[in-house]
Amino acid sequence: MGEAYTPGLEVKEATIVRKRRVLPIPGETLVKKGDKVNPETKIARADLLGTFTTVDVRSDLGILLGEVKKAVKEWFKVKVGDIVKEGDLLASRKYFFGRRVKESIAPTSGTIGYISDVTGKLHIRAPPVPVEVTAYIPGEVVEVLPKEGVIIETFGAYVQGIFGIGGETHGELEILVSSPDEVLTEDKITSSHTGKILVGGSLITGEALQKAAKNHVNGIIVGSIEDDSLVNYLGYEIGVAVTGEEEVNTTLIMTEGFGKMSMLTWTFDLLKKFEGKQASISGATHIRAGVIRPEIIIPLKPADTHPILESEETSSRLEPGTIIRIIRGREFGAFAKVFKLEPTSKEIETESKTSVIIVTLDDGKKLTLPRANVEIIGRGVSK
Amino acid sequence: MSTSFDLDTILATDVGSTTSKAILIKKVMGEFRLVGRGEAPTTVESPFEDVRVGVRNAVKQVEDLTGIHFLTKDGALKEGTFYVSTSSAGGGLQIMVSGVIRRMTAESGERAALGAGAIVLDVIAIDDGRELHEKIERMRSLRPDMILMVGGTDGGDKIDLIDAAELFISAKPRPRFGVGFKLPIIFAGNKDVQNTIKDILGDAFALRIVSNIRPTLSIEDTEPAREGVHDFYLEHVMSHAPGYPDLMKWTDIDIVPTPAAVGDICQMVAEAQNINLVGTDPGGATTDIFSVFDGKFLRTVSANLGMSYSICNVLKEAGVANIMRWIPYKLEERELRNRLRNKMIRPTTIPPDYESLIVEQAVGREAMRLAFQAHLSLATPLRGVKKKKDLGSLGRRGEEDPARKTYIDRLRLDMIIGSGGVNSHAPRRVQSASVLIDAFQPEGITKLMIDSIFMMPHLGVLSKVRPDVALNVLNKDCLVRVGTCIAPKGLAKDGVDALSITAELPDGTTLDKTFPYGTMELIPLGERETIKMVINPHSGLDVGNGGGKRLETTVSGGVVGLIFDTRGRPLILPENDEERREKLIKWYLSLGVYPEKILKLYG
Repeated sequence: MGEAYTPGLEVKEATIVRKRRVLPIPGETLVKKGDKVNPETKIARADLLGTFTTVDVRSDLGILLGEVKKAVKEWFKVKVGDIVKEGDLLASRKYFFGRRVKESIAPTSGTIGYISDVTGKLHIRAPPVPVEVTAYIPGEVVEVLPKEGVIIETFGAYVQGIFGIGGETHGELEILVSSPDEVLTEDKITSSHTGKILVGGSLITGEALQKAAKNHVNGIIVGSIEDDSLVNYLGYEIGVAVTGEEEVNTTLIMTEGFGKMSMLTWTFDLLKKFEGKQASISGATHIRAGVIRPEIIIPLKPADTHPILESEETSSRLEPGTIIRIIRGREFGAFAKVFKLEPTSKEIETESKTSVIIVTLDDGKKLTLPRANVEIIGRGVSK
Repeated sequence: MSTSFDLDTILATDVGSTTSKAILIKKVMGEFRLVGRGEAPTTVESPFEDVRVGVRNAVKQVEDLTGIHFLTKDGALKEGTFYVSTSSAGGGLQIMVSGVIRRMTAESGERAALGAGAIVLDVIAIDDGRELHEKIERMRSLRPDMILMVGGTDGGDKIDLIDAAELFISAKPRPRFGVGFKLPIIFAGNKDVQNTIKDILGDAFALRIVSNIRPTLSIEDTEPAREGVHDFYLEHVMSHAPGYPDLMKWTDIDIVPTPAAVGDICQMVAEAQNINLVGTDPGGATTDIFSVFDGKFLRTVSANLGMSYSICNVLKEAGVANIMRWIPYKLEERELRNRLRNKMIRPTTIPPDYESLIVEQAVGREAMRLAFQAHLSLATPLRGVKKKKDLGSLGRRGEEDPARKTYIDRLRLDMIIGSGGVNSHAPRRVQSASVLIDAFQPEGITKLMIDSIFMMPHLGVLSKVRPDVALNVLNKDCLVRVGTCIAPKGLAKDGVDALSITAELPDGTTLDKTFPYGTMELIPLGERETIKMVINPHSGLDVGNGGGKRLETTVSGGVVGLIFDTRGRPLILPENDEERREKLIKWYLSLGVYPEKILKLYG
């Protein structure tokens, strides 16, 4: 039988984390291999070409199409590469026996980027927009990608969420609830949480999220949220699951989903263990080709992870004995152990025929589930 | 890779955005038949980032089922295996179209791009309603795989095309894949500016020049542009997707975008039977609609209407009320939203219970309905063609055709083919029928077919080299005859006699039946059975011969049978929730869409 591929989210207490930090366009790297960096260290920069304004000089001067080539030679006062200020003369033409003048004036400042000797238009390019990439995590530069960026490595805990909004941020971890099924309500958030990464349990209420944003909390990690609370927070509906660029004060990461769902006990326990530590988080989620999930990185010293658990790679194999979690249906969130993989398709409750597995729940009950509705839980962490 | 098209075993795959599907076709007792199928999640994403892993997993399932081995120990394809494939993984092919007039040349460009199997990210034109700076910003922010540049008839507009080219030079749009790679541009506009375009764009872009898509206003020739898109697709897009360069070495012919292959097979069916048809493929991320009407083929893709990745965009575009209207049980809006969001973030899960299945099929109806609406807006006669003056227009100038109206007339639609998971994998075929009828609202007499296990893409790419094999497998193993929908066009009062029919059934008995308005009823008729029928509609209703006019016709059966739908066209559901749910339950019970015991729980 082929590999039964069932992607699961990663939850690792002790692992090497490598992040590829690259520019969107070619530029220059600012650090070298071996450099130690912190989250705010600028590791690469580039100049994004400024936008441009089109000036229809031909129309301004009343030039016929057939005259454009001549006009560019004789009447244009600028050439490609010239820097102009708003109000500068770009071109002029005398007419009516030299008594009148038509002019074309720069509506904006910039550099002459293009002159067309066909259409008689020119483009004024605005100054370039600098683009910088930061390290995002503290660590060491282990590889330089010339003109692109670097790869940074650190040691610590790594947790993936299921969905998030908002971009990269970092701050001190603070746990606001006492158990993974507790709701994070508005009253728990105060102005002392500015700049921090807060951890809740199951649900965060819409009011709590709004208050966090108002108090400039850098990030929130919870089990779940109601969809309408998220819509109210953003001010619009998310259509396709491509996030990370939202202009929000507080990055939000959900570990379980939508509705009221408790955070997984071990995720909660792991975050609680490292309360007070600095965490780097990103809410960016792309659920298309090239899946990106939101993430939490907690850089650690090896001594912080007593006892150090062996961080085995998450297996992608579904086989008898594998621990799985049910990710859809009435038993959503329940853990189980794979008992058997059925070799042929079987009928489920909906009369649909599909690949199924038989699992054993904690209470010993056996369930037949669609294979697509489970995810493998990583080894090396306790439940 | 094999070297001959004279073969008796064919392996074909489709690498979709969610799943990779493999089929095996073999010569059995002198004819080619489907003998095995496998499916596995597509592995274009991490941790694998190599589509061949998913393909191998799917092929291994075929090996397990059939006992025939295609893979070597190290996972490569064995020599001598005839193998073809389609793909829509990685978001498919994404094109930006640049034209002059939105509803003329730009629209032709859009049709060409869609016909090539692409997703059209945007159509930029002089008169598209946006300010110049907005268009520039859009060009800079979009990351297309390529640009299709059209505009100007031969001998016509030049300046606007040159202007657009100069904007590209300054805007510097970047390709989706590859830092430092040149963005491909296909120029299919006025031939008189080809050299100027080459001078302006030739260095900064990977430019290809093809024949004008609109050489005159009355001619639209999309074929050269489609071929150019296809060639660029392989060279510039596929070569960057993880694992594809190696997969391309395995295949015996070029990998084809999935929608292009499905379009080819739809055309084959329409030509073979000389009919008008509409095909649909709602996928995880997009919904494709294909039509062949009076010999004219059109494909549209609604890029962000899908059943998993894009399911929340269906929610956004259709609205909660339009989805809820198909659900026969009470469901809070909040609950619906959370369910759909959870499907969006775990797109590969499947509905494990009836409540989930009903919600997904409701979304399926809306995705296809919206996609069909978009299709109809492009399925119009060529715009810009002037009518000749006639007696009736004396005193007026020659007017442009009123080309706002679609040429697709539901009353003359002979067949609907449903593909994609929501149709092909519905547990009961009558569910697929119900979803298609509600989404497309066919009128008159319309056959319903389902792609049984979603293999139209495979047969489409195979038809390029062995159309005989593709057609045989299509008819024998792929298309399931679901039945025929008989639905009068028009509205009437509930309870009046909408249709009276007389027919002689295969067992020799005569069927005389009257259907009240506002109902759905099923009369079983076998898959290979046809019967002659006389239909008398109510005076305000039309089944194909005009309002109230009798129709004598032959209707075909199917695995479901004959579905009489007298709910009216256009279909208007009660606004009152309770009344609407009651009707839905009645209709679903009558057709057997869901088990009675489940529907009775909702009543």
